[in-house]
Amino acid sequence: MGGLTYTMLDTTNLSTAEMYGNVLCELGEHHPEIVGLSADLAKSTKIGLFANKFPDRFFNTGIAEQNMFSIASGMAKCGLVPFVSTFAIFTSMRALDQVHTDICYQNLNVKMIATHAGLSFGQAGTTHHCTEDIAIMRSMANLKVIVPADGIETANAVVGAYETDGPVYIRINRGFDQKVYENTDYDFQIGKAHQLMDGNDLTIIACGSCVYQAIEAAKILSSVDGLKARVLDMHTIKPIDREAILKAVHETRRIITVEDHNVIGGLGSAVGEVIVESGKGCAFRKLGIPDTFSIIGLHEDLMAYYEIDTNGIVENVRKLIGLEFEEDEDWEDEV
Amino acid sequence: MPLTDIELLNLEKKAHELRNLCVDTVVWAGSGHIGGSLSAMDILTILYYKYLNIDPSKPLWEDRDRFILSKGHVGVGFAPVLADKGYIDKEDLKEYNHTGSKLGMHLDSNKVPGVDASTGSLGHGLPIAVGMALAARINKKGYRTFCLLGDGECDEGSVWEAAMSATHYKVTNLITIVDRNRCMIDGPTEDVMALEPFAKKWEAFGFIVKEVNGHSFKELSEAIEYAITEDKAPVVIIANTIKGCGIDFMADNYKWHYGGLNSEKITQSKDSLEKYYQKRVKGA
Repeated sequence: MGGLTYTMLDTTNLSTAEMYGNVLCELGEHHPEIVGLSADLAKSTKIGLFANKFPDRFFNTGIAEQNMFSIASGMAKCGLVPFVSTFAIFTSMRALDQVHTDICYQNLNVKMIATHAGLSFGQAGTTHHCTEDIAIMRSMANLKVIVPADGIETANAVVGAYETDGPVYIRINRGFDQKVYENTDYDFQIGKAHQLMDGNDLTIIACGSCVYQAIEAAKILSSVDGLKARVLDMHTIKPIDREAILKAVHETRRIITVEDHNVIGGLGSAVGEVIVESGKGCAFRKLGIPDTFSIIGLHEDLMAYYEIDTNGIVENVRKLIGLEFEEDEDWEDEV
Repeated sequence: MPLTDIELLNLEKKAHELRNLCVDTVVWAGSGHIGGSLSAMDILTILYYKYLNIDPSKPLWEDRDRFILSKGHVGVGFAPVLADKGYIDKEDLKEYNHTGSKLGMHLDSNKVPGVDASTGSLGHGLPIAVGMALAARINKKGYRTFCLLGDGECDEGSVWEAAMSATHYKVTNLITIVDRNRCMIDGPTEDVMALEPFAKKWEAFGFIVKEVNGHSFKELSEAIEYAITEDKAPVVIIANTIKGCGIDFMADNYKWHYGGLNSEKITQSKDSLEKYYQKRVKGA
């Protein structure tokens, strides 16, 4: 559709999920084949905005996620484009068999906008934290996995998902995100990292709520340490932007990834796979939730606790820079 | 319209052919889910040769009736039907389960024309069918969606989630049939996980229940005619069947959920099917 005109002002007034709900309503105006589904979380996930506007095209399955994703599959088989929203943990785990077999395997046009991801529902407790979904979902063939940095990028991702054939998983947070983008008018492309800061001393690759933290960390590293960090918003985890990663390896030789997700299987693993397969040398560190079930608390406190906030990134970058790393000027001979 | 005598005899003949072709397919494949294929064969026959509004030359025709084989493991019974209808070549059956074949144990809508959804993970079919039936409503289409469930798979919670949705959204363009053969892999359904009172469960979920002999075309036909015209609530047809129906040593024996046939068993199976057919035709 294009032509989105959301700005920082909108993200001041609207939570990330509300941005999604608004964009979905706009899409729904133009595309009658869009239908919405939720499992008793229409309000929480903000797909309820679509439900209010298009009651005949919205289906609440009650607390029955497996049923919901299979129904979406049946609808997509008949030419509709279902947008399905529940919490990330219920999308990636409770209904995984249905997501796998009924949607991804059959490569159907179902868009899953999963909310309350990572530690963003921190006070709800560990059962509601979702720190495994990127690992799970990126192993589903046919599926694209997007983790927008803020409300503005969510708006772009939702439109991008509609314009992309096949299943898409968009992972967003509960509540408001720190603002990264001023408006929707920037070069958002699924599968292409967006460079937010330039630098050749190291690259910080982040996704989701960690993108803002990465920018703030880069500012401190620049002013205090004199380090110029490149910051990449790797909003698409799958397909990952190999080109941007290899360019960063080549030009900065130090990479640190940051994500609100278990360090196993998520953004860091995806980036690490590209580096290892390239055969090029690189100092590399993954920041995220260690292999543990997370503690309870406010999102921002938990990000600090797991060192994926600004201070955590700065400290870890300093350790990484301090590491012995034998640089080889002859890049081309590495295998 | 009630079945005419000629229709009835034609259906008997077709079901007999398909049972034989199912046995052949099991032989070509090396093994297969023969018990549940034979229990479902009369249901598949009456749907494909009497009721489904389909065009095998246009498997993706938008207005076609949909059929979801929720008990997806009985591909070895479903594929002969699709081959006989002309969706696939009968020669393809000889490659069943072979490496590189488009026909695997669970038929796949990505690979096999005429298969409306890839099933096999149990408990998925009914909710997919509900989605298709709702899509007909949204898209203002007149097609019907038929879903054939195994009774054992009704242990899955997602079946009942879908049942709730079907009545909540009053999805009366959906026709659900349960192949109630009372057997599952590990034993009789009532020993492994009791389903009774089965009909009352469906009724409690808001369905109109028609219980029939799933090997009587007359009873199946009456129930399907009723389900098609009923518009107050979705209808489920509980078709009481016999696992391994038509082959004496398999009949009602849960151990024939899955198996292979040696040459002796092939001969026995064919003889038994012939006797069974003659008996049915006499009674028809």
